[in-house]
Amino acid sequence: MTYFPEEVVEHIFDFLATHRDRNTVSTVCKTWYRVERLSRRSVFVGNCYAVHPERVVARFPGLRSLTVKGKPHFADFNLVPHDWGGFALPWIEAAARGCPGLEELRMKRMVVSDESLELLARSFPNFKVLVLISCEGFSTDGLAAIATYCRVLRELDLQENEVEDRGPQWLSCFPDSCTSLVSLNFACLKGEVNAGSLERLVARCPNLRTLRLSRAVSVDTLSKILARAPHLVDLGTGSFTIDHRAEAYHKVMGNFIKCKSLRSLSGFWDAAPHCLPAVYPICGNLTGLNLSYAPAIQCADLIKLIRQCSKLQRLWILDCIGDKGLAVVANTCKELQELRVFPSDFYGGGIAAVTEEGLVAVSSGCPKLNSLLYFCNQMTNAALITVAKNCPHFTRFRLCILDPKKPDPVTNQPLDEGFGAIVQSCKDLRRLSLSGLLTDRVFLYIGMYAERLEMLSIAFAGDSDKGMVYVLNGCKNLRKLEIRDSPFGDAALLEDVGKYETMRSLWMSSCDVTLGGCKALAAKMPGLNVEVINEMDESDEMEENPCDLDKVEKMYVYRTVAGPRNDAPDFVWTL
Amino acid sequence: MSTTLEMERSSTQPVVDYEETALTLGLPGVSRAGGWDQQERKRGFSETVHLLDGSSGIEPRGGEDLGDESPDCAASGADRRRASKERVVGWPPVRSHRKNALRGCTYVKVAVDGAPYLRKVDLETYSGYHHLLTALHEMFSCFTIRDRRLVDPVKGTDYVPTYEDKDGDWMLVGDVPWK
Repeated sequence: MTYFPEEVVEHIFDFLATHRDRNTVSTVCKTWYRVERLSRRSVFVGNCYAVHPERVVARFPGLRSLTVKGKPHFADFNLVPHDWGGFALPWIEAAARGCPGLEELRMKRMVVSDESLELLARSFPNFKVLVLISCEGFSTDGLAAIATYCRVLRELDLQENEVEDRGPQWLSCFPDSCTSLVSLNFACLKGEVNAGSLERLVARCPNLRTLRLSRAVSVDTLSKILARAPHLVDLGTGSFTIDHRAEAYHKVMGNFIKCKSLRSLSGFWDAAPHCLPAVYPICGNLTGLNLSYAPAIQCADLIKLIRQCSKLQRLWILDCIGDKGLAVVANTCKELQELRVFPSDFYGGGIAAVTEEGLVAVSSGCPKLNSLLYFCNQMTNAALITVAKNCPHFTRFRLCILDPKKPDPVTNQPLDEGFGAIVQSCKDLRRLSLSGLLTDRVFLYIGMYAERLEMLSIAFAGDSDKGMVYVLNGCKNLRKLEIRDSPFGDAALLEDVGKYETMRSLWMSSCDVTLGGCKALAAKMPGLNVEVINEMDESDEMEENPCDLDKVEKMYVYRTVAGPRNDAPDFVWTL
Repeated sequence: MSTTLEMERSSTQPVVDYEETALTLGLPGVSRAGGWDQQERKRGFSETVHLLDGSSGIEPRGGEDLGDESPDCAASGADRRRASKERVVGWPPVRSHRKNALRGCTYVKVAVDGAPYLRKVDLETYSGYHHLLTALHEMFSCFTIRDRRLVDPVKGTDYVPTYEDKDGDWMLVGDVPWK
């Protein structure tokens, strides 16, 4: 290979599809390192504190697409204090200085300020794609800057962000010359929307294929938009409350019928059952359906709708669908690959919405099922064993039994055997979340069988350090491990410290790890940041006289080449 | 109706949602394991409102058969129950965005017969029925509150707060626990 001109080597590298492969070839020799870094167009940074932004930009000056992730996953559930970190600005500043050709930026769980959005908008003349997922810290003013200055914007995708509303004028900031939009998702915005601006924007963007509207968009506006953009492929409907006036209802149904390309539907905020038939005409074409924000629609109406969706591959639904509704899914949606059943009652103890029966039915009727997120009131080992047999292709299996530590209600046993069956049968399992009553045994199974496992989430599980050690020893491909409220302590933490350099991160909260244990880990492994998070308590005893024997409330460990971070707040100690 | 509920109650498997909506409410936080006492069935509306607000100092009408619960116990019982449900931070693991979005359906229309227009209130902003009624009083300020009803001082008619539930039935405000 050394006799090939560099252009040829570069051309060969073009065929490498994954980051992993490109990272690997860059380590072969200096020439390949240089060729690779200069031709690299896309970089993925899984932990924003693992490397300095300046270093990324210096190494890859030709960068066109950058993806950065910030807070640990458990931040989604309020376990990470608000100002922990994960700031977007340093990344945008570095890119503005070093990669002016940047076209795409994707960020997840980061703090993005209006200032950084404005800098982004002004710094990259070719900027095309902005995707922000579960981010916070910005307002509609920041969006206004993006709309105003990104002349060739193709994609603005805002998923589940906390955005401060400063008025509807941001949408009007897209200039008349902006005709390039392909994808626009502002479903997470809470404020008012200027309907006229929205309609005109849609009308002048002939390539628009994805449009997800916020709750403030009325059905009348939706109707007009559908009339202008019948070529939409992915639609978020907005509020979807249709008055009993027949005219509005028939108009929107008539416009839906024209949308022959529509494959994915979401939104349905505040939708009442009588609105649903408006979408019946296109149900037969749908591959994706998200009704998880429509609590007013109960089982009977869900069933009527789903019976018409025979091509569904992805279904997100609330647990009011019930086991009965899931049986209908099993009979109808033979192409189903991904199922998410969300809880409608967050505090549990309510009406049993879905149980193991629903899951078994779906596993039996939908052989292509490979991704599951399932919130339920109970689960049995027998059911899990059946599911494992029916669906050996799971890559993502997340089960949440709402009552922590709940055993198999039939046998009163822990769910070790059930989850054991899952990991043994599903050889391609990459992500697993556990719940229910679990002993160390389940971790023995996971360590033995879950060879491809990359992410494991543990809550209220295990008996002793042995459990955690089984996982660390066994799962060769483990990248992210997050544990809460489980009896794992210093012995488990320190058993194999080198393991953490092969992983992206480890999170442990409300476990038995002590400050002394964390210090020991930090001392042995300089290539890791060991962060101890101590939120202010009324009793500041721990703050004033931290003792090595004290248990640590929250610990976040991650490999890094950037050293301790310089933006950590007071309550985060990097040991 | 109440007879039917009593029969339901005496069966060995209490249905959870009946317990939530029954007219025969016990004090919030009272342990249900001890079973229900037949005496403490019906309460006046005003007592129900006070009890549900968790305000202390209100004596339950009738005997002490609620397992020796004093009003103070009841209030802290409510706290205990609330605490035990909310004690586990971040559980179930549902993103706040989703929780907030689903919780957001708390706006309701309020219409008062004879008032020229309707109002909308966000139930989330009120801590209990008493608070809600006070706010409604302020909104429809031509009326005054007396005995938990809105009274038109001119006509002397009183208005009982009612609401339409998801089944389309008109319900008296105050029966269901505020939560």
